[in-house]
Amino acid sequence: MNATLRHAGYVLRENPVTGFAFALLFLLALGAALGSSLAPYNPLASDTAVALAAPSAAHWFGTDQLGRDIFSRILVATRLDLGIAATAVTLAFGIGTLLGLMAGYLDGWIDRAASRVVDTIMAFPLFVLAMGIVAALGNNVANIVYATAIINLPIYARLARAEANVRRDAGFVEAARLCGNGEARIVLTQLLPNILPLMLVQVSLTLGYSILNAAGLSFIGLGVRPPTAEWGIMVAEGASFIVSGEWWVALFPGLVLMAAVFAFNLMGDGLRDIVDPRRRT
Amino acid sequence: MSAPAVIGSALLAVEGLRKLYRVGKTAPWRPAQAFLHAVDCVSFTIAPGEAVGLVGESGCGKSTLARLVARLIDPTEGTIRFGGRDIGAVSARHFGRNATRAQIQMVFQDATESLNPHFTAFRAIADPLLRLRGLSGTALRARVAEVAGLVGLPGELLGRFPHQLSGGQKARVGIARAIAVEPHLLILDEPTSALDVSVQVLILQLLDQLRHRLNLAYLFVSHDLNVVRLLCDRIIVMYLGHIVESGPADMVFSDAAHPYTRALVSAVPSRADAARDRRIDLPGEPRSPIDPDPNICPFYGRCFRGADRCKAAMPELREVTSGRLAACHFPILEAALQRSLPRTATVAT
Amino acid sequence: MSGESHSVPLLEVEDLSVEFRTRSGTVHALDHVGFELQRGETLALVGESGSGKSVTAYAILGILDRVARVTGGRIVFGGLDLLEAGEKAIGEIRGRELAIIFQSPRTALNPIRPIGKQIADILLRHGNVTAAQAPGRAVEMLAKVRIPDPQRRAKAYPFELSGGMCQRVMIAMALACEPALLIADEPTTGLDVTTQAVIMDLIAELAASQHMATLLITHDLGLASAYCDRIAVMHAGHVVEVAPTPLLFGFPHHPYTARLIAAMPGGAAGLDTLASIPGGLPDLRRPDLPACRYSGRCERAEPECATAPLARRALNDGRLVACRHPL
Repeated sequence: MNATLRHAGYVLRENPVTGFAFALLFLLALGAALGSSLAPYNPLASDTAVALAAPSAAHWFGTDQLGRDIFSRILVATRLDLGIAATAVTLAFGIGTLLGLMAGYLDGWIDRAASRVVDTIMAFPLFVLAMGIVAALGNNVANIVYATAIINLPIYARLARAEANVRRDAGFVEAARLCGNGEARIVLTQLLPNILPLMLVQVSLTLGYSILNAAGLSFIGLGVRPPTAEWGIMVAEGASFIVSGEWWVALFPGLVLMAAVFAFNLMGDGLRDIVDPRRRT
Repeated sequence: MSAPAVIGSALLAVEGLRKLYRVGKTAPWRPAQAFLHAVDCVSFTIAPGEAVGLVGESGCGKSTLARLVARLIDPTEGTIRFGGRDIGAVSARHFGRNATRAQIQMVFQDATESLNPHFTAFRAIADPLLRLRGLSGTALRARVAEVAGLVGLPGELLGRFPHQLSGGQKARVGIARAIAVEPHLLILDEPTSALDVSVQVLILQLLDQLRHRLNLAYLFVSHDLNVVRLLCDRIIVMYLGHIVESGPADMVFSDAAHPYTRALVSAVPSRADAARDRRIDLPGEPRSPIDPDPNICPFYGRCFRGADRCKAAMPELREVTSGRLAACHFPILEAALQRSLPRTATVAT
Repeated sequence: MSGESHSVPLLEVEDLSVEFRTRSGTVHALDHVGFELQRGETLALVGESGSGKSVTAYAILGILDRVARVTGGRIVFGGLDLLEAGEKAIGEIRGRELAIIFQSPRTALNPIRPIGKQIADILLRHGNVTAAQAPGRAVEMLAKVRIPDPQRRAKAYPFELSGGMCQRVMIAMALACEPALLIADEPTTGLDVTTQAVIMDLIAELAASQHMATLLITHDLGLASAYCDRIAVMHAGHVVEVAPTPLLFGFPHHPYTARLIAAMPGGAAGLDTLASIPGGLPDLRRPDLPACRYSGRCERAEPECATAPLARRALNDGRLVACRHPL
């Protein structure tokens, strides 16, 4: 474990961009954890007297059309957005990887069945599929999570299946059988650690994509409902005010959204460098 | 270490072993299949502590045979008896839990391929001890250290990953893992072919030492005839899934009875100028292993001694002189040798 | 017609030094490597992994990795200094006068193009052949390398051919323009020993009929001894000994050569007569490498071997030794 931490420190020092991404993520995580306590104003409290006020010392990011402090709303929305993304990706990763590993390793009808399920999901334009699922099941956070998980599942399944297929007859798998390892144990202890670095990069990409997905669904009205604070909804509501000159209502939530996706994408490479022992010299 | 139970004097007895692979796409409306005969009717024995070399060229079936004996794949027909027990009857899938699993172990060709890149050397060697012997904690660490010492692997390398080890060190880890559970039979699949020649010497000498020290039997699969000659007591030559010759290593080399073996030995590069003139070139390519005709000698067509009898009946593997077997209708025996072929170089003993 | 010391050599490598700049340091891959090759002669460049033999071959062909830098020396081929010449001049020579065949022939061929077309491509690029004549000449080349049924096989793809056949195709491509020098980089590694014999015989025969010189890169001293007139032994980026084959084996002068010969399983009587080589290759990234890179492993080493410049001696029987205390 110590070796891992030392190696992690080395990676972060060597690559400043990765370090920056991790710092950004840390800030976001902090925001998610302590958001409501750190927010200067109540995110739901409207004060029409100061509606559409420009950024100032009192309101760092300005206020929206109902006089709510944008900064507080963004801060509180962090927990929701990150939460949706994390849950969806965990589901997609967990179920997708398991499905893919089984399909790739065991072959036969399991492979055929699993591949057909994955193909079916991929046949749809993914965002449209998410829209359809949420529209059918109803506008709430849980359904957004399920929809996002389903549309991200195929990537993991395919990756895991390809890796398992290639490594199924690798020398070390044969050696493991000679050592008395059963098939299930081989999949978990031999194959999974070898697949993990690749998967982790994918996880970070998917996290970014999930946030965008949730924001996108909210943008078109199929996601979280007002007055809940969520980055996508905020951008949607603020869009109509750009033309009349109140740029801050859409810009700040958009920037934070962008920063989060950016940080997740950069994190992927850094994570892989930490986890893959071949990167150690 | 418990002595293996033997029947007669054989530790391993393989009888009529065949491995067929189905080729072509299967469908309910297409019942007739073609089969690839990877191993075709092979029988041989290995005595306790004996080193048997298995040579042949690509496609001869030696790797498949090695994996059959190691119980990594299942035979289509035939029996494999080890220490008196029929281990061929246990499927490869279940063999991991069989009591005999620890007694047959394998060293692989490319140590890089056969070591999990995420496992340290310690974990790689400990794996069989954990799974097959149930060792843990201090006992485990002690045994791993002991085995590492036996193969000449310095203790400080145990914490390293495969990509941090040299070729020779990886080879030693592979050997350590194989002998950790005290097997009686070690199958070695080209263990030194990926190594530099100077490292190869050390590993070969190590393997020889270990064999005598631990009373191991070896099935040494290799394409390098020179190496096999040095390490093994007996040699088995395979061609197209069949055993074509078997006998003491030195004699098979210097005085092969089967024409294919002669051609093989003559092709090994040698310094002597005369060697190139004595080379027996084999025309064409080996025949297809898919649905071969069971009445034609597999070597017919490329053989410099072929006659009509060779395409009428498959030659049986039988004793041609004492201790030497050949599957040929016209084996090359001492007397005939002087008349029909130039004298082959004898290996200095 | 080999080794006439007064004639101008076809290929002359002189004091060649190559470095690789990597993230973990500068690797001093080659240090003052030198040897020469006459027309029609076969020379083997023998060494274990890390000896620099492949780097030397790639330097001659100008196909070194991007991070490689030639820090000194000359490579003179047919009067032209390959290191000074421009890309255009080298492009003309490479393929026509200077050909190469690689290890793993199946992967060196284009998998999605029939072999007949691949040979025709070379002919069109370098030979004086019209587009109409090229396919016919390609079939002729296939026949020359003894591929049975060449007319039909010309339409085959590499994956349909065995390893030995693919290597023959590579030879056909290399020899299509009757080059003056063929560089063969481990051409038979991975092939069966009977296939190896046939391929090496084919190369020797074609080389003799076209009066072509061959530079064989190999780790197999036995193979080199069977097919080459002269052998150059390399260790850690140095050429340690060059000698005609029978002399090299009969009277090796460099301690490493002697040990390498003693490590060959082919000639040995038993396992205990095989000798290994103590120690390992020095780390070529070290800035303080000893002058003789073998001195760390040599039983005849003196303190001056590490400090005093490496003594390269040309002996009168055409031999070269880089040692202060030769055998």
